[in-house]
Amino acid sequence: METEILARIQFAFTVAFHYIYPPLSIGIGLILVFFEGLYLKTKREKYHVLARFWTKIFALTFGIGVVTGIVMEFEFGTNWAVYSRYVGDVFGSALAAEGIFAFALESGFLGVLLFGWNRVKPWVHFVATIGVFLGSMFSAVWIVVANSWQQTPSGFHIVGEGLNARAEITDFWAMVFNPSSVERLLHVWLGAFLAGAFLVLSVHAYYLIKGRHIEVSKTAIKVALIIATVFSLGQLMTGHASAEGVSHNQPAKLAALEGHYPANEKADMYIFGWVNNETQEVTGLKVPGGLSFLLHQDFETPVIGLNSFSPEDRPKQVNAIFQFYHIMIAIGMFLIGFTVYASIQLYRKKLFDQKWLLFIMMWSVLLPQIANQVGWFAAEMGRQPWVVYGLLRTSDAFSQSVSENQILFSLILFFVIYALLFFLFIYLLNKKIQAGPHDDTKIQRNPNQEAYTQTLTQ
Amino acid sequence: MFLGIDYPTWWFLVVGGLFSGYAILDGFDFGAGAWHLFFRKEENRRIALNAIGPVWDGNEVWLVIGGGALFAGFPVMYATFFSSLYIPFMLFLLNIILRAIAIEFRGKEPMLWWRRTWDITYSVSSILLAFLLGVVIGNVLRGIQIGPDYQYQGDGFFEFLNPYALLTGFTTLTLFMVHGANYLLLKTEGRLYAKLQLLLKKGIIAFILSFAITTLYTLIFIEHLTVVFKENPVLFIVPVLVFLSVANIPRLASKRKYRAAFLFSSLVTALLMVIVALELYPQLLVSTIDDAYSISIYDAASSDQSLKIMLTIAVIGTPLVLGYTYFVYKTFAGKVKLDEHSY
Repeated sequence: METEILARIQFAFTVAFHYIYPPLSIGIGLILVFFEGLYLKTKREKYHVLARFWTKIFALTFGIGVVTGIVMEFEFGTNWAVYSRYVGDVFGSALAAEGIFAFALESGFLGVLLFGWNRVKPWVHFVATIGVFLGSMFSAVWIVVANSWQQTPSGFHIVGEGLNARAEITDFWAMVFNPSSVERLLHVWLGAFLAGAFLVLSVHAYYLIKGRHIEVSKTAIKVALIIATVFSLGQLMTGHASAEGVSHNQPAKLAALEGHYPANEKADMYIFGWVNNETQEVTGLKVPGGLSFLLHQDFETPVIGLNSFSPEDRPKQVNAIFQFYHIMIAIGMFLIGFTVYASIQLYRKKLFDQKWLLFIMMWSVLLPQIANQVGWFAAEMGRQPWVVYGLLRTSDAFSQSVSENQILFSLILFFVIYALLFFLFIYLLNKKIQAGPHDDTKIQRNPNQEAYTQTLTQ
Repeated sequence: MFLGIDYPTWWFLVVGGLFSGYAILDGFDFGAGAWHLFFRKEENRRIALNAIGPVWDGNEVWLVIGGGALFAGFPVMYATFFSSLYIPFMLFLLNIILRAIAIEFRGKEPMLWWRRTWDITYSVSSILLAFLLGVVIGNVLRGIQIGPDYQYQGDGFFEFLNPYALLTGFTTLTLFMVHGANYLLLKTEGRLYAKLQLLLKKGIIAFILSFAITTLYTLIFIEHLTVVFKENPVLFIVPVLVFLSVANIPRLASKRKYRAAFLFSSLVTALLMVIVALELYPQLLVSTIDDAYSISIYDAASSDQSLKIMLTIAVIGTPLVLGYTYFVYKTFAGKVKLDEHSY
């Protein structure tokens, strides 16, 4: 039991930390494609300046994403050996595809993206930027496919029994397009675009408040705000599709998301609330029959509740799941309201005169990050007690040969090193932001030579 | 079966190929890191660090791909091996992260103590990574205490630091240092180049000694690894080729044919992986408790259906990967020039 809890805490901690970075890489990658594309199209220097500046920040998020990602892959084997044996045949091909098609593409072109500005032609550099961006999009594809297979397994059959039981793939495309993968992938992509767009908004809002880099910042905010607005609205649709999918595929999870206990009654939808798992009561502000309406366009249609499942087959942490889910929704709604309002102000040419709007913009960078995190926590905790839904229990999936002390050791190790890594991230991010885009001086003709001489004289 | 070879064997070749690629690529940047403290001047350290600057991240991706391929093709091996060597793998991860932090952090402040701290972190973690990789390979070769149901039954960390694993660890470290020195020769000029030539010679002597001792130790003490060589004496040509290739490196380097020298140290790395593969096949992980508990490629493999899918992926993907790897190395070919994007 203890080993299981520790293994779960370690996985949750390392994956949550990891997930700060890949969405930023995907999101900034998209912005880079826009900046560089606009530069090639318009030949205006400001886009070039922006692309170069954001490339440096991209490098930072990408680097941390890679090292924390290696940890994730290793942990499947080290901490979840039974799970790895069970899913290897299925999960493995997704992971192999991820490695070959996504990571290699990303990292291959990354060198050119970061260090190739003065070495390759502009259009070759643009191709590299697109390559890196597509690579990061593909890696999201394969990892979400693998996770969705855990939520809604398909295209497989079970071979063997007990510790030797495992899922074998029977239909690759049925595995890839399992019932939840498409809508969840879209939801993840859009969440990543928002994480990136809001970082860009935040940094450039900060510059405007400080009165620095004014021209490029206005340009950057225009581009990022359009992206943020479109995808905030889009997230409403992918979110709804995901929830609807969950209602078909994982009714116990849906019931936990809304704290809906009665086996077969109409279900309410809460704006906010508090769930008491003992008394099975939810206190809060609700739309009576709201969930029924959302799923069936009718306020009275019954929805399967938690009590339809025996206690060992349904999630226990109902309140936590409920809260995570509702925080995500609240943030999503706020982002829509904020981006639409800011876009209108931009259209009316009043955005940049309203300091309070820029102030909110600066701090709102945290919101998509929080939403991404709590969304995943709701999705993963809502799947419990299963690690592969309906097939393999989390309590059966961890490594039997690893002791409590070993995990405690590695867990402390990760706390310490990730604290250092996070400090490094904030420190370097701040340093790059303070240095700012090179918009006031002309880009030097031969920076190679100049920087080189500088280091010699230092 | 495909071309008369069964799918698990094909996948054994794929995984072997990927890990060889990983050893060749990350090998030289670990090796370059291992030499780092031998360079005294700030400028030289920067040049050495920036020699691997554009590529080290990409090199580590080969580890992700190799690990993914092992997971996908031989999940039983992946699960058993990684959970058995829990602490060594955790230390490996720790060093991977510390090394990345050091590379990124080093150039960001000018203070001497700052740069010194990260120089040491970078170099020590590079050395430990090379060493730990060797320790891991040593334990794969020697076998570990696997019991029924693929459960590890040994005492953990210190058992993995057995004499044989220490030998393979040291051999791997010296191999990567030779390889890293060759890579740095490609990237440097002037006095740093001259210094590297001297270091390379020392590295080669250390490597030849530890490889010879490891080989002897294997022949004398680790019977199951020598079977294939005793049954097919012609295979002794592989270790002989290793010695010849190694001996060729200083000759090439002194003639300034550093590209060929680098190719030869890559070849040595690949040949050593071939030896590992020959010694193991068809086993993946030998049980030192009872042969019945050993994990062969057939015990560990995913279904043929799954392997077929993954081979298709590999056949489509590999040329792409090689293509843009070549493109990147071509873009950054030649001696290091520090610029505003440098570390």
